Amino acid sequence: MPFKIIASQCTGCSACESECPNAAITEKGGTFVIDPKKCTECIGHFDEPQCMAVCPVDNTCVIDTSFARYQVRA
Amino acid sequence: MDAPTQQEASSIGNEIGEITQLNAVQMVCGRSSGGGTTGCGSPAGRGDIPAETWEKVKNHPCYSEQAHHHYARMHVGVAPACNIQCNYCNRKYDCTNESRPGVVSERLTPEQAARKVMAVASTIPQLTVVGIAGPGDPLANPEKTFKTFELIHEVAPDLKLCLSTNGLVLPDHIDTIKKLNVDHVTITINMVDPEIGAKIYPWIFYRHKRYTGIQAAKILNDRQLQGVEMLAKHGILCKINSVMIPGINDQHLIEVNKAVKWRGAFLHNIVPLISSPEHGTAFGLSGQRGPTPGEMKALQDSCEGEMHMMRHCRQCRADAVGLLGEDRSAEFTTEKIIQMDVKYDVESRKSYQSSIAVERSGKTIAERADLTKCADNDSDIKVLVAVATKGSGLINEHFGHAKEFQVYELSTGGVKFVGHRPVDVYCQGGYAEERNLGTIIRSINDCHAVFIAKIGGCPRAELIGAGVEPVDLYAYEPIDKSTSAWFEAYLDRVNSGAIKHIEHGDPAI
Repeated sequence: MPFKIIASQCTGCSACESECPNAAITEKGGTFVIDPKKCTECIGHFDEPQCMAVCPVDNTCVIDTSFARYQVRA
Repeated sequence: MDAPTQQEASSIGNEIGEITQLNAVQMVCGRSSGGGTTGCGSPAGRGDIPAETWEKVKNHPCYSEQAHHHYARMHVGVAPACNIQCNYCNRKYDCTNESRPGVVSERLTPEQAARKVMAVASTIPQLTVVGIAGPGDPLANPEKTFKTFELIHEVAPDLKLCLSTNGLVLPDHIDTIKKLNVDHVTITINMVDPEIGAKIYPWIFYRHKRYTGIQAAKILNDRQLQGVEMLAKHGILCKINSVMIPGINDQHLIEVNKAVKWRGAFLHNIVPLISSPEHGTAFGLSGQRGPTPGEMKALQDSCEGEMHMMRHCRQCRADAVGLLGEDRSAEFTTEKIIQMDVKYDVESRKSYQSSIAVERSGKTIAERADLTKCADNDSDIKVLVAVATKGSGLINEHFGHAKEFQVYELSTGGVKFVGHRPVDVYCQGGYAEERNLGTIIRSINDCHAVFIAKIGGCPRAELIGAGVEPVDLYAYEPIDKSTSAWFEAYLDRVNSGAIKHIEHGDPAI
């Protein structure tokens, strides 16, 4: 499951954008969105999802349960 | 870590400590009573500050109490991201009527910022300084911040550059800061004890990991202090901002003051916590109060023996434009800038600024020429007085038009600037706003007198009733000369028994 950003809570601060190891985050109309096809939940890159760790608003970068869990390709 | 070993660090520290001590003493300038005196400095306003430090601060409105009447600064809000969370900050809330750090009305790209700087510089020739202070942390947005500085340097090489940071990643960027000729860096340091830090910072994001509690505060503080040392070593002026949070770090800031002084900071600026609940900060919501003006002054006074204290900070927005205490940012929105005819004329700016310099040196000499200390009076009495001024060191504002009052402490040692009190204007479009009068008087009722260019009958009577003497005898005269003359007469009146000296308490704001 990739991460998603809850737009109504996003301050548009852009902190997540440069931390994402997959360049999956871009600005859209003042707030930021995560491309679910690119998000790897930071697995293989970092111990914790970077967007969630750097986001100034709690519970704004969250798991998007409408997608399947990210699988590390063998 | 690239930190110096402890032995190295302490030997650097000692060296820097000595230099700073020298600077601190020299920065104090003015009269014998110590730092923060009006018109900081001897005749030309320079005092005995080393030439290179004076060159860097003389035209910087945020560093020199005198310069802020004559020179303007602007902040460009190109740095939205932050890498720490502070309990006194909430950057989500943005209102153009709000004036506090961490807030901007629109975020700019480096290119937009450079254009804005050109537009402002050609409209406001007093502009000498461009800073990046947020709305997040400039160094958490290194590409945007440094690109902006590069572009500004290309189009306006005469402008001084500065930045304000929480210091977490400052040691990683010192070389770039040096290379880009950024000559002032402000670090906000609120503690040197991680236990206290844990009450101020819920978390930090450092090297791809979120840290909380004492561990977070310890990393942050280690990096901040390392940053102070590195700036000193590279010859970059370093100012420290500290937010005074009563019950959390108020007395502790004396320790902070010592810690930054020996590491080489040249100026310490203690600012009051802003914590209105409507700002939505953690402190605002938890009911944490800010300090009273009396508490602020007591803390600044107790740090003053250690190093020069800055007392005229107006806690600007991250996109403030203009002279300190005024904000013209609304004139320079991206939309308006696009329509402006921007011509950056270095020569005309230079000639304008040298005329300010000439006026300034003449004025300071005039102010000082007949300044007399109360030599024959050896009284211990100290009183505060409020002054309505539009700048230039003169009592030149009407009581009813004042947006703020400057507060000076008078003693036989001299006249010392100790702060300013923002107020709601009493005269609104020609009509007296009676509701504001009470709050204005309450905000300056720790003062024994208020100096104004002019005042109406009604506020005059109410001020007298509140024990604050309205003084319009010195209208359009220099502040320090006038207030010393009044103080001398005050002491004479006390000594002759005509009046009794009564101490005033803290104002009710």
